[in-house]
Amino acid sequence: MSHAEDHEGTRRDFLYYVAGGAGVVATGAAVWPLVNQMNPSADVQALSSIRVDVSGVETGTQLTVKWLGKPVFIRHRTGAEIQEAKEQDAEGVDALPDPLARNFNIAADAPATDANRVMPSPEGEAPGAWIVQMGVCTHLGCVPLGDAGDFGGWFCPCHGSHYDLAGRIRKGPAPENLPVPPAEWVDNSTIKLG
Amino acid sequence: MSGIPHDHYEPKTSGEKWLNSRLPIVGLLYDTLMIPTPKNLNWMWIWGIVLTFCLALQIVTGIVLVMHYTPHVDLAFASIEHIMRNVNGGYMLRYLHMNGASLFFVAVYIHIFRGLFYGSYKAPREITWIIGMLIYLMMMGTAFMGYVLPWGQMSFWGATVITGLFGAIPFVGDAIQTWLLGGPAVDNATLNRFFSLHYLLPFVIAALVIVHIWAFHTTGNNNPTGVEVRRGSKAEAEKDTLPFWPYFVIKDLFALAVILVVFWAIVGYMPNYLGHPDNYIEANPLVTPAHIVPEWYFLPFYAILRAFTGEVWVVQFASFITGGIIDAKFFGVLAMFGAILAMALAPWLDTSTVRSGKYRPMFKWWFYLLVIDFFALMWLGAMPAEEPYATFSLIASAYWFAYFFVILPILGVIEKPLAQPETIEEDFNAHYGKADADATPAE
Repeated sequence: MSHAEDHEGTRRDFLYYVAGGAGVVATGAAVWPLVNQMNPSADVQALSSIRVDVSGVETGTQLTVKWLGKPVFIRHRTGAEIQEAKEQDAEGVDALPDPLARNFNIAADAPATDANRVMPSPEGEAPGAWIVQMGVCTHLGCVPLGDAGDFGGWFCPCHGSHYDLAGRIRKGPAPENLPVPPAEWVDNSTIKLG
Repeated sequence: MSGIPHDHYEPKTSGEKWLNSRLPIVGLLYDTLMIPTPKNLNWMWIWGIVLTFCLALQIVTGIVLVMHYTPHVDLAFASIEHIMRNVNGGYMLRYLHMNGASLFFVAVYIHIFRGLFYGSYKAPREITWIIGMLIYLMMMGTAFMGYVLPWGQMSFWGATVITGLFGAIPFVGDAIQTWLLGGPAVDNATLNRFFSLHYLLPFVIAALVIVHIWAFHTTGNNNPTGVEVRRGSKAEAEKDTLPFWPYFVIKDLFALAVILVVFWAIVGYMPNYLGHPDNYIEANPLVTPAHIVPEWYFLPFYAILRAFTGEVWVVQFASFITGGIIDAKFFGVLAMFGAILAMALAPWLDTSTVRSGKYRPMFKWWFYLLVIDFFALMWLGAMPAEEPYATFSLIASAYWFAYFFVILPILGVIEKPLAQPETIEEDFNAHYGKADADATPAE
């Protein structure tokens, strides 16, 4: 290519670099659309906000809705469950495998207390009556079963992860608490997700 | 093409000469078919033909199944039932394709363990081995994506769990997972792209098979003694070898016929034996089946994936020294791919100068233990994730890694191998009696 003696760089060297560089840029420009077409399409992205009527969800039951292709658990806790969740809180968040609340609606470094995981209650209901979280196990994405597991909350049948009444991971391979999605009350009986 | 001296194709007629000087394709096929092959090959050397047959079977049945299948979340499940009930002979084509995948993996596992026992991976056949491992990886990818296409419950949840593995990658995992799925969860975009790739990859495999064959035709086949064919002259090489056609082709086809009797019995009488009833329930993103199990051929590696939970000290140590970047989930993923990588590295981990396990008195037992370990992992992969299976999985996974990273390197140093035959001819004569100097093949 270039002469060993010639440290200056010739016109030919320059042309090699320019041609090579142009080739690399052109290849990248051709490959990127082929890669990017696999990212979520516009219609998939458009389904990012829904409203859920929860007036029919009795205490002690759970509504599962599909949001962004994934299940969301909306649980209406009983008084006993609220009490038990508070007791589970007593051990302190540092004893938990994941000490963070994982709640989209509050600060990212908030501790995983029960109060930081539940929805603010609508008027006339006890604090902690509603908890909304993604029904997707943080291990490998299965849907955990409700009212199951060693901690009274959720249990993932795929690889044996146990979540407590506040959806916090207690036992098993899952690394994080069930994430709380962006959720707010539109009125006393409607929750907006996303 | 081959390093073993042998007769090459000579075009005789003017037509042959005309073609040969323009495209030497007949010569290429002739040399491939007449390749000198060690004459002492045993029945473990038939699996290459079985694998070639499986690839052809899967491509042919796959192409016709696509004529009736619809890759859409609303229609896929129904189109499979349409194939099963309405398409002429459709149930047979689908059962052949389903069970063909199982036969493919039976054959590839025996083929791989054949290589591990007889040291087929050792120099100068490392490239053949690596290409083989790439083919195996592609087979797993193809089989996984194919299993998603019927859009049953196992299809959907298997896809969710396996693509979730990529989500475990630190920092970029979520972006990669979304990119692979084409959305936040397994959905129509996922089904469509898996269909596209499931159709593409078998042809990539076919190309790699050609490279695989090219590589071992260059080095020559390994054989049960691990002793190389003599290459000093054509006459010398002929004492150790026979041409592939007709001797080995006929032998291989006989073996294939026997295997196909069993295969056809399974396809005909128990076609769903290796499947899961849950996959005859249409995919439902809101309900996970009680027990997600991958297909049997993924179970050993699935067991390794699940074995490394947060309670294992190795996992805690890895998490500690990486500042939490490698958590239990990512560790499991690394272990699973590492188990396959360990096999691929065997040529460089095995320090023994002796190729064949027949002449390695200590190696033999560790190898047999590896085979048992493989079946143990397969069994454990199908068990629920609870005690005592979790502990067993951990022990079995540990042995898998120990075999490749500890036992293979050490054995080569401490083991005293047995005497090997000087030549393949000597080994052959010891088994089949001394033939005349001119060695006519067995009558």
